[in-house]
Amino acid sequence: MYTGTQEAIDIDRSKGDFSYPESHKFDAGVGLSPATVDYICDVKNDPDWVREFRHKALKTFESKPMPTHWATKDLENIDFDIIRYYLSDGTKPTRSWDEVPDDIKETFERLGIPQQERAFLAGVEAQYDSEAAYSNVKEELEKDGVIFVNSTEGLKEHEEIFRPWFGKVIPTGDNKFSALNSAVFSGGSFIYVPKGLKVRHPLQAYFRINSENFGQFERTLIICDEGSELTYMEGCTAPKFETTTLHSAVVELVAMKDAKLQYITVQNWSSNVFNLVTKRGIAHENAEVRWIDCNIGSRLTMKYPGVVMKGRKARGEVISIALANSGQHQDTGAKMIHAADETTSNVVSKSISVGEGRATYRGQVHIPKHLKGCRNNTECDALLINSSSRTDTYPAITVRGNQHATQHEASVSQVSAEMLFYLQQRGLSEGAAMSLAVNGFVNDLVREFPMEYSVELKRLIELEMEGSVG
Amino acid sequence: MSLVVKDLHAAIDGTEILKGLSLEVPKGEVHAIMGPNGSGKSTLSKVLAGHDDYEVTGGSVTMDGADLLELEIDERSRAGLFLAFQYPAEVPGVTMANFIRAARQARMPEGEELEAVSYYKDLYAKMDQLGIDRKFTGRAVNEGFSGGEKKRNEVLQMMMLDPVYCIMDETDSGLDIDALKVVADGVNSMRSPGRGFLVITHYQRLLDYIEPDHVHVLAAGQIVRSGGKELALELEARGYDFLKEEVVVAG
Repeated sequence: MYTGTQEAIDIDRSKGDFSYPESHKFDAGVGLSPATVDYICDVKNDPDWVREFRHKALKTFESKPMPTHWATKDLENIDFDIIRYYLSDGTKPTRSWDEVPDDIKETFERLGIPQQERAFLAGVEAQYDSEAAYSNVKEELEKDGVIFVNSTEGLKEHEEIFRPWFGKVIPTGDNKFSALNSAVFSGGSFIYVPKGLKVRHPLQAYFRINSENFGQFERTLIICDEGSELTYMEGCTAPKFETTTLHSAVVELVAMKDAKLQYITVQNWSSNVFNLVTKRGIAHENAEVRWIDCNIGSRLTMKYPGVVMKGRKARGEVISIALANSGQHQDTGAKMIHAADETTSNVVSKSISVGEGRATYRGQVHIPKHLKGCRNNTECDALLINSSSRTDTYPAITVRGNQHATQHEASVSQVSAEMLFYLQQRGLSEGAAMSLAVNGFVNDLVREFPMEYSVELKRLIELEMEGSVG
Repeated sequence: MSLVVKDLHAAIDGTEILKGLSLEVPKGEVHAIMGPNGSGKSTLSKVLAGHDDYEVTGGSVTMDGADLLELEIDERSRAGLFLAFQYPAEVPGVTMANFIRAARQARMPEGEELEAVSYYKDLYAKMDQLGIDRKFTGRAVNEGFSGGEKKRNEVLQMMMLDPVYCIMDETDSGLDIDALKVVADGVNSMRSPGRGFLVITHYQRLLDYIEPDHVHVLAAGQIVRSGGKELALELEARGYDFLKEEVVVAG
């Protein structure tokens, strides 16, 4: 194991670490109370059923304790009274980048979003603090009946599709942070793909935090109707502030019979962000839900994407990469709930801990007794870079009955001194050698990401590894 | 211009392994080092490459006049020193093609990108020459390779990186006779007035195919005899034991 320099050098995330002066027409102020919820409802002109939903959620949030009996004590450092829960400049999302306010447009240009849209995306939504600034979907998709709008527009304009599923995959009271999101949510995507339609190019949302002391609470609901297919990608960044920032999203996916839904995340939060996200999908008969997740950055990430396999032969998959640098804790994993016969789930998780970084895998697999022919495969591999790096694995696999097949493998490894010597003898600097070794470790998972993202991923990993050796 | 080792002393965990080793490998020559197990052959190759486990306690090493011991491991490599490992490490998930490409890229000036088409052309030509199946470009470095496949890949890397001084540590071990010939042909094709070789081996067999200009015998951390290629044959005939006696007499 490498035991040289222990402190991880602070990485200049040159791409994401910048911010523009704030100019908010609407600011809910600091702290959270029923008045905050009413302020948000008024600004967004929410229908009554949403207002009611939010107020109930706030009560649930207040009644639930922090889950520190199993999760990290660092959660106690979140001060809900100094966070601002809603910030926007009051403009509506536009369909043209030319109409987006200059500083916001520049932000997304620096992050490469319009360029990616031109290159390979079928639609983009770009959210800046609480609201989307830009939202567009290719015309032909719109003609085919694809809906791709933000959540506010979704619940107002498409209530008949939105409402039956909203809060059904992840109920308000699922956990303290899903309740918080339900009370103050704003932004996020609502997507509906009609029966039989296979969307060939991905849709993408980009979530950008620009303001300090802020909480971003986007809410995403994606419904793939029978036999349809969709790949959705989300990216996120924030500038590095001295104060903590909270990002607490709720993402609900619904894959109807025979549908295939793939949700890809590349997160690159700055190290002051608490990222506490609830993500779950329902897969109906013979449907497939895949979460492909890469967690880099943040102070604390708690994220366990799940799939409820509700219909016969449904499939669920979570593929995740987590990289925890000094001052960071990636507490990630997967939940696979088998609720029908012959359902199949697969979890592959790889984590890298650098410096004092800590990676935790938490898995839950549930196969009840009355089912038959269910299968689960779980693999979790951890790579420790420095002697002060930490990893923990908590797999909970509950299988009842004897007509199922489950398999679980876990490993912890290190970049050996002999491997580094070999790579360096070929002319690679110590940092380059380490980053090649780490990229090798996650290589089979990186391939699951679309080309445009896998290149970005490799670069991000290289940046993170630069500080790991000295 | 040569690789010059002068009175080199080196220790691992406080135990001295090299005890005043001196050697000069000029460009254009092939020098063989032979010696019994435990004589310090592998230590010499690792010390020259800069392995952290070994502490140089005395002496000097220069490469074309520059102090080699001052340089980091990777700097020595980029300055032209190549070590073909006896036991090369596995690098899971990193393909041969990407590995060699990264090593070549490390030799490029900042901001310049390796040109992929000519790189692959060069790589395939050298793989063909060494009889390495092209599917190896997509395999993880040394993972699941047989002993012979590992050695061929070491020579492939040596050919691709175009070093000035090549140290080959027991490259013959684990090779059958056909593979040995192919590897030797590869090495011979690299012999040139601008390149020096230090071939470390336990057996004379390799030297039938890579004909050395000089042979040195290493015993107990020192060069105890040097001579022409006929010295290798003498060792083969008489074994290493007679040398031990000579060391005792000399001491």
